[in-house]
Amino acid sequence: MRGLTLSAAAGEVVALVGPSGCGKTTALGIVAGLDRAFDGVVEVGARPDGGPARLGYVFQEPRLLPWRTVRQNLALVLPRAQRRGPAVDAMLDALELSPFADRFPTQLSLGMARRVALARAFLVEPDLLLMDEPFVSLDEPTALRLRTLLSQLLDRRPATVLLVTHNLREALALADRLLLLAPSPGRVVAEVPVTVPRAARDDATIEALRRDLLSRPEPAFRLLA
Amino acid sequence: MRRALLPALMPVASILLLLAVWQAAALMVGGRLLPGPAVVAEALLREAESGALFHHMGVTLLRVLAAFALAMSIGVGLGLPMGRSPFIDRLFGPWLVFFLNLPALVVIVLAYVWFGLTEAAAIGAVAVNKIPNTVVLVRAGARAIDEGLIDMARVYRLSPADRLRHVLLPQLTPTIAAAARSGLALIWKIVLVVELLGRSDGVGFQINLLFQTFDVAGILAYTIAFVAVVQLLEYGVLQPVERHCQRWRRMPAEA
Repeated sequence: MRGLTLSAAAGEVVALVGPSGCGKTTALGIVAGLDRAFDGVVEVGARPDGGPARLGYVFQEPRLLPWRTVRQNLALVLPRAQRRGPAVDAMLDALELSPFADRFPTQLSLGMARRVALARAFLVEPDLLLMDEPFVSLDEPTALRLRTLLSQLLDRRPATVLLVTHNLREALALADRLLLLAPSPGRVVAEVPVTVPRAARDDATIEALRRDLLSRPEPAFRLLA
Repeated sequence: MRRALLPALMPVASILLLLAVWQAAALMVGGRLLPGPAVVAEALLREAESGALFHHMGVTLLRVLAAFALAMSIGVGLGLPMGRSPFIDRLFGPWLVFFLNLPALVVIVLAYVWFGLTEAAAIGAVAVNKIPNTVVLVRAGARAIDEGLIDMARVYRLSPADRLRHVLLPQLTPTIAAAARSGLALIWKIVLVVELLGRSDGVGFQINLLFQTFDVAGILAYTIAFVAVVQLLEYGVLQPVERHCQRWRRMPAEA
């Protein structure tokens, strides 16, 4: 990546859209503080009480601990005092995972594992949520269901979201703003705000937005084709 | 009926065959050099009745367990950082090679010379002999750790203790099990040498005594008893513990 500049306001959902290999995952890793081999600055605002921003990260692979049950995987990200409390069960309920609470990740389908990863990210009540192609390689109904769950979770508890995806429809369904990235070296070549409220984005609206983007003449939008 | 019976009978048949070969060898070589199974059984009973068997075996087993605990904890404590940090690995790698090649006898003798003929020196010497092997195994296991899960633990701000307990150690279970198994086999052999050289009880000491009186039956009796106990430890403790830790691998996947 070279000359990558992006910003997100509190509570905003920003989608990073671009072809594979343009550094989207690297960008997330840098923001999360996992990747330190870069030149530049990352500024993440502090919480109102002064503490560091809480991070949730949904990786491309679910990255659940295979030797712990679903419930244990969720409980682990909470402070010790809260691990046995009601928060874990509430989240399991919200994402319809309660029947699977005592299963091991190897016993879950990919869609369910991704749901658990999503639950884990929201359980920490993140200020900043990083998502790396969270619904890739899922069949469309499952992906749609997960997108809906994500929407509901965000409605209930807004967070700043950086969503990496190469799926334009997905980005249009969820984001307040799209950033289109060029292929390597990655940088932002276009910025597309989406003003339609998320609740009003039905299939028709999304399709219309998509066709509009694809029809724009600027070279940046050729990348979407 | 036959199909179910055959595998159950195999171990029994194997032992019977061993006893038969033993008896035949005893008859050929002569009872003084190689007593037959019956004589050895008699010696075993004799030692058991006098209580000597249990006393010496108990003492030896305690030493084995103490050295085992010491060697495993230090071995994992050193192997893990060496596997995760190339810097530490490069710094202590040569030391590891040195200790790996140090003969067991040298370690034992030096321990007795420097620290006296004490229990601590004995157990310490055994542990020092086992630690390098454990470090090598654990280091290899630590190198194979899934970095993706470590990243996840870092992002979710898991404490170092949680990271160790929930992310690192479960991945090391196969390695630690292998180290434990080879460790037990190595340790009880060295404990016998340590007892022979500088202790006044234990199976090693007893075998030395029997050696000096040329009591081959006694030697074989203690050997059999000891091997049996170590096998019991393996099947009764090590394997069930390992099976429990690995049960998540055997859960059937679901569509």
